[in-house]
Amino acid sequence: MNRRLLTILLPVLVGALMIVLWYIFRLHVLDTDRRFLLPAPDAILRALIEKAPTLWSATLNTATGALLGFGLAVALSFTLALGLSLSPLIRAGFYPYLMMLQLTPIIVLAPILILWVGPGLKSVVIITFLICFFPLVVNTTQGLISTDRNLVELFRMGRASRLQEIFLLRVPSALPYFFTGLRIAATLAPIGAIVGDAYAGNSAGGQGGLGFLTIIYSAQFQLPALFATAAVGCLLGFVFAGTVVALSWFALHHWHDSYQRKDL
Amino acid sequence: MSQPPPIVEFKDATKRFGDGPSVLSGITLSASPGEFVSLIGPSGCGKSTLLRLIAGLTPLNDGQLSINLQTVAHKSGDLAFVFQEPTLLPWLTVRRNIEVMLRLRHTPADQRRALTDQMLALVGLEPFAAHYPRQLSGGQKMRVSIARALTLQPSLLLLDEPFGALDEMTRDRLNEELLAIRDRQHWTAFFVTHSVAEAVFLSNRIIVLAANPGRIAHEVTVDLPYPRTAETRLSTDYLKRVADVSLLLRSVETTPLIHPAA
Repeated sequence: MNRRLLTILLPVLVGALMIVLWYIFRLHVLDTDRRFLLPAPDAILRALIEKAPTLWSATLNTATGALLGFGLAVALSFTLALGLSLSPLIRAGFYPYLMMLQLTPIIVLAPILILWVGPGLKSVVIITFLICFFPLVVNTTQGLISTDRNLVELFRMGRASRLQEIFLLRVPSALPYFFTGLRIAATLAPIGAIVGDAYAGNSAGGQGGLGFLTIIYSAQFQLPALFATAAVGCLLGFVFAGTVVALSWFALHHWHDSYQRKDL
Repeated sequence: MSQPPPIVEFKDATKRFGDGPSVLSGITLSASPGEFVSLIGPSGCGKSTLLRLIAGLTPLNDGQLSINLQTVAHKSGDLAFVFQEPTLLPWLTVRRNIEVMLRLRHTPADQRRALTDQMLALVGLEPFAAHYPRQLSGGQKMRVSIARALTLQPSLLLLDEPFGALDEMTRDRLNEELLAIRDRQHWTAFFVTHSVAEAVFLSNRIIVLAANPGRIAHEVTVDLPYPRTAETRLSTDYLKRVADVSLLLRSVETTPLIHPAA
């Protein structure tokens, strides 16, 4: 059978199977009085259509926060990674604090941020930034210091300037590492924005995101709408991750081994 | 009759790394413009280090080294190095790889293009100009590496076992190409190798080094006439010299033979 067709068909089949199992579980395993805990897929779909305008504007708000936080993380992490790549001593000095940034629970940071910048987009962006920053900085730095020794020597022999060595050699050879960090950060960005929105978002009319909706729907016990919100958040994650996968393909497929065609 | 001044001259040179023992000791050696000098010897005899000293990649501890009658500290510009590995930038096409050294020195684009075209033709890679390194064979990658070195129009070319990883047929072929290019360009070459046959085929002089510490054990002049071609390898003169140098190399080889258990 055509391999290409199979790679499209199989996920569809697995999805269909899971929906069937979902219905079976709901109707034959759950007691009648507990069935409301697991809404049927068709109920979720109905909620999705019914709440579409609300979900759409919330998604736009969350996407804005996610994109801004993600972009900020990419720009700042790249700059910091360039600095960190200069010497092991600089890295030794900064790494513990980078770890601290990553290990501090967002739930604790949220009220501090609300006090500092107020609830709303700014807080959401900062929280997204904090969640995305670490994997980006660590991967990009690792890439910048993993340049092939022989190539560095070649550049030194060619009397390359420090800037030439960085931008013609170290940065391009760090791209595969950078994109590894970018993929991780891209899946984290929408989650960060939703979490940020839930804890530090602005609830004023039309400014709430998916995190805010989550809190509303769970308070109102609207389970189908809650599931619909989860689905939309998941979809947003796919858009982010998919974009990065496409960018990575454009940047690397010509030359990097990870895109080498495997002839079976 | 006045000799031209040597392009490379070592006087009683010593090299050690850190506080370790001497890697090279008492090296006195000079090469005149146009010579092709091969360095051969057992592992650890410091032949690669000798090359790196000339390249200015590592400093000398004692003695003197002058290049074009300048010290290496001033780094003469027309010196090119070919590494053991092709050392190509995988994200650049063959053309961009060849011109990368010119880019580093801000050579104007039209000059860069002309020189690169010339080198592509010289190593016979014109049809592959737009290919990426991963699409090339080992021999083709090495040709790119050599073409890149030659864009600098060096008067001194340093080659650190450039064909060591290639199969014998490709290696022979590249040896012949290298001599053909030299006929047109007249650089001086220092060539590190493990292969006696290769050293004899290419060089007008072979330096046999011994290890612990690295020192010059023998110097052999190879007086076979140039141009040398595939046919040269069949001549008795050539084969006799390969045998001679092999014996000299054997005499400095310190690794004991492994005897079967008694």
